[in-house]
Amino acid sequence: MIEIGLGHYLSLGAIIFFLGVIGIFLNRKNVIVILMSIELILLAVNINLISFSIFSGDIVGQIFTMLILTVAAAEAAIGLAIIVIYYRNKGSIRVEDIHGMKG
Amino acid sequence: MLIHSIFFYFFSVIAIFSSLMVITSRNTVNSVFFLILDFISVGCLFIMVGAEFLGMIILIVYVGAVAVLFLFVVMMLNVAEQKQSWFIGKKSTHIPTGLIVSVLILLELLVVVGGWKYKDNVMSSSTLEYSNISNTHQLGLVMYTDYILYFQMAGIILLLSMIGAILLTFRQRKGVKKQSYFNQISRNPSSSIELKEVETNKGVKIDD
Repeated sequence: MIEIGLGHYLSLGAIIFFLGVIGIFLNRKNVIVILMSIELILLAVNINLISFSIFSGDIVGQIFTMLILTVAAAEAAIGLAIIVIYYRNKGSIRVEDIHGMKG
Repeated sequence: MLIHSIFFYFFSVIAIFSSLMVITSRNTVNSVFFLILDFISVGCLFIMVGAEFLGMIILIVYVGAVAVLFLFVVMMLNVAEQKQSWFIGKKSTHIPTGLIVSVLILLELLVVVGGWKYKDNVMSSSTLEYSNISNTHQLGLVMYTDYILYFQMAGIILLLSMIGAILLTFRQRKGVKKQSYFNQISRNPSSSIELKEVETNKGVKIDD
């Protein structure tokens, strides 16, 4: 308990991943909170990669963390741009109103 | 070691609490603030465990750019109070399903990944073995040599996302008077000056 090992970090990552998945289900009405939950999930993945990288003495995990960070930033920018133009066209970003493609 | 565990529990409790508040708080602006707190505490954990460069990158990129981007969009779109109550209203089946799926994922992760132990005689990889250089130096030694292709691909992804975001939100308004340098420079006196014979007591009508 007092000795912090790999399992503690992996459990922290698992809990944050779990909270991110719950957030997607819980906030189905609000697309911005869904994007924030996706950021939480990517952060949990980063925690896992970095803790494995540190505890196994291999720096490649940190490089992959940087790549995930890049993809997360790009995804946030594109997603928010789509939200902005959707709000400009329709005047609302409620998820249940988004059924223009009848999917 | 005691200090390490104290700091680990401190920052991880803050991280878990703030991610819980991200998904449950009523106001979207509060969600963004708790997301910032979450990023900061996880960045402190990264710095503490020895990945200083990535901790600083988390602080700069996530807190300084991504979270502020979220904040701008939330304040620009005026959707702060749009959240609704989850359990009131018409009966919905997605929340129990989502809870079951998420709890299953959590249990699987905790059982499989959280109880991870290495083999006793595990061989450490070769990239971190000289520990007298800093974390940033080590990262640079590997990233700019063996992983240069991935690095450039990440740059291309960022460039494409920047172009995409600008292209998506670019809008040309109708009815706005703009200065056109090409038209200004390419006009000549024969097309822009007209001589009129003004009759007495009649005046001249322009702009028709």
